[in-house]
Amino acid sequence: MTPLAVSIAGAIASFALVLVVLDLIRRHRLRERYALLWLATGLVLTALSLWRDGLNTIARWFGVRSYPPAVLFAVAILFIIAVLLHYSTVISRLSDQNVLLAQKLALLEQELRESTGSERN
Amino acid sequence: MSGCRWQRVPETVELAAAAPPLPGLSDLRRVAIVPALNEEHTVPRVIDELRAFDPGLDIVVIDDGSTDRTADVAGAKGAFVLRLPFNLGIGGAVQTGFRFAFEHGYDLAVRVDGDGQHDPAQLQRIIEPVLRGDADIAVGSRFAAEEGGYRSSRSRRVGIRILATVVSRIVGQRVTDTTSGFQALNRQGIALFARDYPHDYPEVEATVMVFRHRLRLREVPVSMRERGGGRSSITALRSIYYMVKVLLAIFVGLFRRHVVPDEESR
Repeated sequence: MTPLAVSIAGAIASFALVLVVLDLIRRHRLRERYALLWLATGLVLTALSLWRDGLNTIARWFGVRSYPPAVLFAVAILFIIAVLLHYSTVISRLSDQNVLLAQKLALLEQELRESTGSERN
Repeated sequence: MSGCRWQRVPETVELAAAAPPLPGLSDLRRVAIVPALNEEHTVPRVIDELRAFDPGLDIVVIDDGSTDRTADVAGAKGAFVLRLPFNLGIGGAVQTGFRFAFEHGYDLAVRVDGDGQHDPAQLQRIIEPVLRGDADIAVGSRFAAEEGGYRSSRSRRVGIRILATVVSRIVGQRVTDTTSGFQALNRQGIALFARDYPHDYPEVEATVMVFRHRLRLREVPVSMRERGGGRSSITALRSIYYMVKVLLAIFVGLFRRHVVPDEESR
C-alpha cells in the first residue's frame, strides 16, 4: 500500500502545479496552447495521488508489488517526456521561423537602401 | 439534415439591388480586412464584391502564408496586401489587419473572410449599428434569425451552441454566433483588437474580451454562403482541442483584471 504521506504530498504538489499553470495563463505568461499538456499532467497526477486504490490496482497490473508509488513516478516521467518532446517541436518551429524572419528583414533592408538611394548607409 | 450544405444567393442579390447608401458612411475612412490562406480563386471575387458594395472602401488582404497566388491576385486587383512570412493562424492574421487599420487611422473596419463565405452585399446590415453609434462592434450571426438558414455538421453545430450558451451566460447578453468572423468595428473596436487579439480560434474569446472592456456588441442576422475555396481550418479532431482550449481561455480570462483601451496604447 502507498504510504499516506506520499499520497498527500503527491496530491498537494500536483495540484499546486495546476494552480501555478492557471495563474501563469491568467497573467499572460503562458499561452493556453502550451498549458494544456501541463494541466493534463497536474490533473492526472493529482488524481493518481488521491485515488490510492486505483494506484495500487495499476501497480498490480504491471507487477509492481513492493512499492506502488513507483507507478506515480513512472507516470510523472512519462508526462514530462511528453512535455519536453512537445517543446522540442515548438523550438524547432520557432527557430525555422526566426531564420525566415532574419532573411526577410535582410532582403527588406537591402530593398529599402536601394529605393532611398545609397547616400546613407 | 446533417452534413447538408446550403446556398442562398437570391436574397443577397435582391439586397444589393435594394441597398440605399448608408448615410454618413462616405465621411469615414473605412477599410475591409480580408484574411486569406490559399484562396486565389475566391479572393478576386470578394474584392470585386467589396468594391461593388462600397467603392470608397479600402481593402487590405492578409495573406497568411499561402503557397498559391493569393497575394499576387489580390495585389493585381489593387488591394493592399500584407504578406505574412509564415502562417500565423487566423487570429494572428486578422490582428495584422486590425493593426494596419489602427496605425493608418481608419474610423471603421469590416472583416470579411477571403474564402467567400461572407457576402459583402450584407455588409450594409452589419455596418448600420456601428454607424448609428449603437454598437462598437457588430457581428453577423447565422443564428440570430429564427428562420435558421445555416446548416453544417451536427457536431459543429453542437459545439457552436455550447460556446454560445457559455458566452451568453458570462457576458449577460444573448449571443447566438460566437464563431462568426463577419464583423464591423468602430475606432474603439479596432484599437482593442489591434492591441490584444486571441490566437488559434479567436472569435469566441474576442467576444468575451469585447464585453470585458465594456464595448458594446450587437448581433445582426445574416446568411452565409458555402465556402468558395480553401478548406475550413477546423477539422473534427481539432475542434475538440479548440473547444477545451477556448473554454480554458474564457474561464481563466474571467480572473483577469482589464483596463479600458485607449487610443495611445499599442
